[in-house]
Amino acid sequence: MPDIRKELLRIQELHAWYGESHVLHGLELSVAEGELVTLLGRNGAGRTTILKSIMGLVGKRTGSIVINGAETVTMPTHRIAHLGIGYCPEERGIFSSLSVEENLLLPPVVQEGGMTVEQLYALFPNLKERRSSIGTRLSGGEQQMLAIARILRTGARLLLLDEITEGLAPVIVQTLGRLIVTLKEHGFTIVLVEQNFHFAADLADRHYIVDHGAIAEMITREELPNQRERLNRMLGV
Amino acid sequence: MEISMMAILSQLMLGLNNGVFYALLSLGLAVIFGLLNIVNFAHGALYMLGAFAALLGYSELGPLLGKPDFHINYWAALILVPLLVGAVGILIEKTMLKRLYRFDHLYGLLLTFGISLILQGVFTNYFNVAGTPYDAKPPILEGVANLGFMMFPRYRLWAIAISLVVCFATWYVIERTKLGSYLRAGTENPELVKAFGINVPLMITLTYGYGVALAAFAGVVAAPIYSVSPVMGSEIIITVFAVVVIGGMGSIMGAIVTGLLLGMVEGVTKVVYPPASNTVIFFIMVIVLLIKPAGLFGREQQ
Repeated sequence: MPDIRKELLRIQELHAWYGESHVLHGLELSVAEGELVTLLGRNGAGRTTILKSIMGLVGKRTGSIVINGAETVTMPTHRIAHLGIGYCPEERGIFSSLSVEENLLLPPVVQEGGMTVEQLYALFPNLKERRSSIGTRLSGGEQQMLAIARILRTGARLLLLDEITEGLAPVIVQTLGRLIVTLKEHGFTIVLVEQNFHFAADLADRHYIVDHGAIAEMITREELPNQRERLNRMLGV
Repeated sequence: MEISMMAILSQLMLGLNNGVFYALLSLGLAVIFGLLNIVNFAHGALYMLGAFAALLGYSELGPLLGKPDFHINYWAALILVPLLVGAVGILIEKTMLKRLYRFDHLYGLLLTFGISLILQGVFTNYFNVAGTPYDAKPPILEGVANLGFMMFPRYRLWAIAISLVVCFATWYVIERTKLGSYLRAGTENPELVKAFGINVPLMITLTYGYGVALAAFAGVVAAPIYSVSPVMGSEIIITVFAVVVIGGMGSIMGAIVTGLLLGMVEGVTKVVYPPASNTVIFFIMVIVLLIKPAGLFGREQQ
């Protein structure tokens, strides 16, 4: 299926640095429109750096990152989002100097077709109830909902989600799982960095295993049952 | 010792008058420090530049253009000078400060300190250090008003009122509007704000320009009260830094309230114990640093 769909993101020969340290080493991956892809790997393998590189948030990057047909490797960060990307960072990035509603309204609309504030409040009733609280006074789960909700407002069609289940209670993780399924059904393209393999396994079309700043392996949903043993070993689960 | 209520009230008013300048200047410093993480040592010099721009626009620009009757009057200066000096600020940010963000903020402080020495040096070379009076006070603001407990110069009342309006308007924009939410978010996590598609480098440039424009505005408002001198900035800036330390770096309301209060404290000290009036702010600064190092309104850094 994925091969006949339009390619939304293609990364080739990507190298990335933080100051002196060389983190990504010639990474290659591609994501088709409507696909849900996970980046799995041990801590420090470079998964978060891949998302940051896509957004231009690393010190230096070379190679090629084509989003929706546009080369972005030389583009300033603030223009990349306008290609239709929503970024949900590690540790959620909720602003403590902004109220819940201000957090929700902060990211500018980058494309038409985003959800309205009313629709988002209907989807996340807790956020509506606490709209005037300080953003960081919310519980971890609510903050995560807010971090996702605010990029759904912008009309972004490619979502980069970094460790969204980290530190959350199992019941919240289940809710997030249902949310991700809903988003996929609505045609969002999603790149998910995930530590919780069981969460990712049921959702994704394909898995990229990241090791030492490069893709070690790609496993499709169909191949997954036979590869589980080996995968567990690679991820050190 | 007998201290009359009248004397205290009048010194409170005069103190408030000094306090609005502390507030305007420390507000600019706080706005700049918040987003740029730079202690803008040039702030005093830019305040002085504002006062000089008003002075020269009134008395020198006409003759220079060959039209001796041409003056930029006070009202025009109140708008034009902040725009002009703000543009100078933007130029400073674009050509110099911008290169220093990657380094420790000590470098920004050194650069702006250098800029302030250059500005002060140039003006000292051409103008009287003792000060030149600015004669363009509008007639409507001449004379005194009866406040009931004292006769108070009309111009000073105006200076207090317009400065308060500008301070609180700035606070409102930063704390209550969408534009302000970009600014607050950018102060907290500029990288993420960029990733959302907001042009943070532009925001930083404009913020520096605005902070500088506030200093220039204070300079124009101050020009008819104090005489315009090349050292007027370096005289006030030390006190303003003490105000910023007491209020807490980066807090908008903290900068305003502390500036106003300390101006009044200084005023009252002039009645209660005059010899201490020049040092009382620094004495308070020492106590605040000992008890609450982040300042009265500041948040502890992690």
